[in-house]
Amino acid sequence: MPFLPHTETDVREMLATIGVPDVETLFDEIPEALRVKGLDGIPPGLSEMEIGRLMTARARRDGQPLAFLGGGAYEHHIPAAVWALTTRGEFYSAYTPYQAEASQGTLQIIYEYQSMITSLTGLEVSNASLYDGGSAVAEAALMAVRAHRKSKSLRLLVPATLNPNYRRVALSTAGNQGLQFDVVPYERGSGCIDQKALATHAGKDYAALVIQQPNFFGQLEDVDALTDWAHAQGMFVIAAVNPTSLAILKPPAEWGAKGADICIGEGQPLGVPLSSGGPYFGFMTTRMEHVRSMPGRIVGRTVDLEGRPGFTLTLQAREQHIRRGKATSNICTNQGLLMTAATIYMTLLGPAGLAQVAEVSRSRTRELAELLIAVPGVRAAFSGPRFHELVLQLDVPVAGVLAKLAREGILAGVDLQEDYPELGNAMLVCATETKTRDDLQRYADALRGALR
Amino acid sequence: MSQVLPDLRYAKSHEWVRTLPDGTLEVGITDHAQGALGDLVFVELPEVGRVLEAGAACAVVESVKAASDVYSPIGGTVLAVNEALAATPELINQDCYGAGWMMRVQPAAGAGADLLGADAYAAELAAVGG
Repeated sequence: MPFLPHTETDVREMLATIGVPDVETLFDEIPEALRVKGLDGIPPGLSEMEIGRLMTARARRDGQPLAFLGGGAYEHHIPAAVWALTTRGEFYSAYTPYQAEASQGTLQIIYEYQSMITSLTGLEVSNASLYDGGSAVAEAALMAVRAHRKSKSLRLLVPATLNPNYRRVALSTAGNQGLQFDVVPYERGSGCIDQKALATHAGKDYAALVIQQPNFFGQLEDVDALTDWAHAQGMFVIAAVNPTSLAILKPPAEWGAKGADICIGEGQPLGVPLSSGGPYFGFMTTRMEHVRSMPGRIVGRTVDLEGRPGFTLTLQAREQHIRRGKATSNICTNQGLLMTAATIYMTLLGPAGLAQVAEVSRSRTRELAELLIAVPGVRAAFSGPRFHELVLQLDVPVAGVLAKLAREGILAGVDLQEDYPELGNAMLVCATETKTRDDLQRYADALRGALR
Repeated sequence: MSQVLPDLRYAKSHEWVRTLPDGTLEVGITDHAQGALGDLVFVELPEVGRVLEAGAACAVVESVKAASDVYSPIGGTVLAVNEALAATPELINQDCYGAGWMMRVQPAAGAGADLLGADAYAAELAAVGG
């Protein structure tokens, strides 16, 4: 069977069957004014050889910089087997398979993925993945409003320590559905949620409090106190977490007396490379009692008529192809390929391996912090425990320093000027297990030179 | 032909209403509705105390093939819901007019004036081939 859906002969035969002379006539109900007559600014096509040369030249221009960027996407070592297996033809799809009889391998991968993510977060059920960390926050917010039986509030509390990109995505996705996000400031000494400011919201009707751990600044929030406070106010707790950190931090299910209600996060650190901002994937887990409010789909393990184990999609009756406007979300499929990579990554590392990645990343960042703070004109913006990122403040504007270091092949950090102008000349830096002590020293030396 | 009980009143959207001795109303879905849905796997009921508007969605019944809204046949306030449906939604399939009741409602003044009698509802069903 040919891959092309229809040949010119097919097209002619189809047009003849319906009695239309040509394709133009078929579309003549589209008004002239709405038709595109060729695209401006799109250059003519290139041959495969030409495009190969162009991309090689561009890749050379990018170089292989030493990256200390974090802020939501993290460079981790990815064992070669992860993508060698993920890109096998049998897995090579972004979509969740509908036909259980033809898709047992993919369905089992999703089932294993769900099992691993529930194990990391401690909550009972996981869906088959979401688009990314930001859309996961939006979906969690919508879910909290939907699942909250006692409160009909459309308002949520989000801390200023939540990744600003997540806040923007949540606002553009859920804001247009009537949700309101009220921002809770952070405390200037610790870089954590200001609990006094939070307390002023006591007694108000909010559907949920979002807590990011570690927070956008890399600082560790007092998740137990925050969770208990929110629950005492009748709010749900939405935990936004870094999956790598869960190998060494308390899982959201154990936050406070009752644990978080919904847990979401960016899955990129689990085997997905940094590549121009995506594609990544989001994850989501919750308690069993909220499973029917959860967006997306779930793969379940079951038995067939003869009692043999098998895997199948379950709980999709509330998705948009069945529930239309009343669906739990517009997410019917998932980030299958990235989820596959994450499952293989987690399988290869195992719990001990993931904990090692987390520990080494944390201690590398601590070493980097010591080296950088020793440079005159550099100080840590916040005190208190951290994971693998921290905010540094400089005496001079960050943008110029970053540009100087970039010329030396070092991507030194994320400029916080736009999102956190009150922090002055501040940047967010991160070191993972991919950085050697020599790399850290090279950064410190280059920074010393740039500030001289 | 689905079962239609003579002593109940009905909404065109396939809910039934029973007047209890104390004047409160019991509500469920009809035999026709449960048959069309197939095996139920989940029922979402309103909160006790919620004020219902006649004709507005008040519950969701989910079967292996679809999730559908249940519309309140009358205006009023929810007094109680059938908690047994949380663990055993199949009660609706097995006994939709009895153990499969969904909620008890304190009717608003004048509620239920436009409900159908058993004969009229049976005629509706006959018209749609149910």
